[in-house]
Amino acid sequence: MDVQYFIELFFSGLTRGSIYALIALGYTLVYGIIELINFAHGEIYMLGAFTALLVAGVLGIMGFPAGGILVVAALAAIIWSAAYGFTLEKVAYKPLRGAPRLSPLISAIGMSIFLQNYVLLAQTSEYLPFPRLLPDMEFLDYIDNIMGPSDFLILVCSMLAMVALTIFIRYTKMGKAMRATAQNRKMALLLGINADRIISLTFIVGSSLAALGGVLIASHMGQVNFSIGFLAGLKAFTAAVLGGIGSIPGAVVGGLVLGIAESFTTGYLSGNYEDALAFALLIFILIFRPDGILGKAKVQKV
Amino acid sequence: MMRPVSKALLASIWFMLLTFPVMGIKLNTVKQTVEWQFDRIILLGVAIFFLSLLWNWCFSRKGRGLPLIALPTGMGARLGRLCSLPLRDGRSRAVSLTVLLLVMLIMPLASSFYQTNIMILAMLYVMLALGLNIAVGIAGQLVLGYVAFYAVGAYAYALLNQFFGLGFWACLPVGGLLAVLFGLALGFPVLRLRGDYLAIVTLGFGEIVRLTLLNWTSLTGGSGGIKNIPGPSFFGKQLSIEGNTIFIYYLVLLAVILTIVVITRLKNSRVGLALQALREDEIACEAMGIDLARVKLSAFALSSCWAGFAGVIFAAKSTFINPASFTFMESAMILSMVVLGGMGSIVGVVIAALILILAPEYLRAFSDYRMLIFGAIMVVMMIFRPQGLVTGERRKYRISALKGEQA
Repeated sequence: MDVQYFIELFFSGLTRGSIYALIALGYTLVYGIIELINFAHGEIYMLGAFTALLVAGVLGIMGFPAGGILVVAALAAIIWSAAYGFTLEKVAYKPLRGAPRLSPLISAIGMSIFLQNYVLLAQTSEYLPFPRLLPDMEFLDYIDNIMGPSDFLILVCSMLAMVALTIFIRYTKMGKAMRATAQNRKMALLLGINADRIISLTFIVGSSLAALGGVLIASHMGQVNFSIGFLAGLKAFTAAVLGGIGSIPGAVVGGLVLGIAESFTTGYLSGNYEDALAFALLIFILIFRPDGILGKAKVQKV
Repeated sequence: MMRPVSKALLASIWFMLLTFPVMGIKLNTVKQTVEWQFDRIILLGVAIFFLSLLWNWCFSRKGRGLPLIALPTGMGARLGRLCSLPLRDGRSRAVSLTVLLLVMLIMPLASSFYQTNIMILAMLYVMLALGLNIAVGIAGQLVLGYVAFYAVGAYAYALLNQFFGLGFWACLPVGGLLAVLFGLALGFPVLRLRGDYLAIVTLGFGEIVRLTLLNWTSLTGGSGGIKNIPGPSFFGKQLSIEGNTIFIYYLVLLAVILTIVVITRLKNSRVGLALQALREDEIACEAMGIDLARVKLSAFALSSCWAGFAGVIFAAKSTFINPASFTFMESAMILSMVVLGGMGSIVGVVIAALILILAPEYLRAFSDYRMLIFGAIMVVMMIFRPQGLVTGERRKYRISALKGEQA
């Protein structure tokens, strides 16, 4: 076995996996609080990538330096995605609190289709090239066969984002309120936590993470399209379920495992069934261990 | 009066800001220019203002428990009652159904080739929507990969014809049977799952089927698909293209009628009642002594079988199939028909399928926005009218009548 090739595949899987993890966190946060599969989450990620592309394009034409553009574009993507996530919840999910469980799910699917076609109609159905904004990092030169600047950026940024999220959830008052709401919404309400605000906050945090993922992957792949959210969303959902939905470390572990598994399948077997692998994996986990790697089993009551 | 207006104004400003990048900026990456489209943003702002007023008004009516559209008194009310007459009165139902049937029978002879083709497509979707309605509407199992069974039917015919030279009539039952087998293959492992997990697994299943069709090039021809699929033979004779279309039209019409009859009978049968119990509450249903596994499997089998039939007919009609016809968007479209029509309601689903297929065909301006509107329909229906256009009727047993006998 070729060690060099193995390491290459491992790192490309890690890069991919950290993007899945970023998106999966959004699924897991939302599911933890309102038990809804936010089907439109992949679309939020796509909107983030698109916003970044548009902002970067405008700034690029105006002649700003590349490094500055990347930061501004990423910030714009995060702000707008958060706003989209917030609006999404207010429009499509909030009126359905207390409705039968399938209603919000169908509404979420509707929203996902709506957002995809909104971008398709407002922009284009073609793949748009994402400008090259990453500076060359010289210290990466001696490992550049296993890790390019964008891989490095993805790993660093996603790690930072996950650490920040952990600190936010663990140590801030809002994070504490979020955990309380996830544990028991009624009790949290009784203790004076504004559950509506916490739910909005959850959507904002989840969407920002997805937007960050969107910007990173767009600069990595070099192109953006209205349909990228669907597959990425499904795979991230797979990752969330793999790690145990509702669990934050689970989402990260699930994302990385899925990314590495995909990378090895593509490298050693064939790239044709790369997407099918994720779905097959999803089906197997749901059937044999629906609570995931790090999840806890729940008893269903009437 | 001020509050809703200021709220609408706020919403309008919010949405203008929200949609600013995606709607307002158009990049030309080749010429390196930016087009600012402020007109679109302004237009959207105005539209959102009125939509927001409407939205709030709908909520206030919903909050007070009023129907969204109150039938006006006098002429309007009489018209409304007249329209719903076929739903209530047996004799007028028979009359209107006969008229409808006659119109449908004459249609391909009186109209153009193009119209007939559209009608065939619409009726195929009626069949698919009714089939999905068994799983989603009657049994409450949200299946998102329904199009996989459609694909199984279509590919069963195409492949059996290509490799073994089997004709349409031999393949029709085989396609249905294969779809049932696939339905059971999906149903067995997901017996333990419910609700949203089930939905995702079925979606994954649908995608796996599509990806397999796409990548198994030696068998299915990959994205190139399969060409030259013959139409159904008419008593051993192959028809011309025109004749073929008309023949398929009558075939689909018959199939739709058959579907409606079977599902109507099914709904009030023992199995149908068990399916509805499953929808209402799984645990209570099990406690009543219903074998969950059997009922769930029968829901999958019954539902997928119609998609298989529709798939065989689709392959024969279009003479060419490829995996691009069987994407998740198709599944979502069929689901939105069920949602719009009313889960569990047969009349509603038929009407919804016809509207959603025919409207984009005849209103060309509308056709670009079709998926956008389908998505919006799913959201709006869930919020304001989860029971759909026509509420699914359930046979009721009046307990008071029984009590009267005892007394």
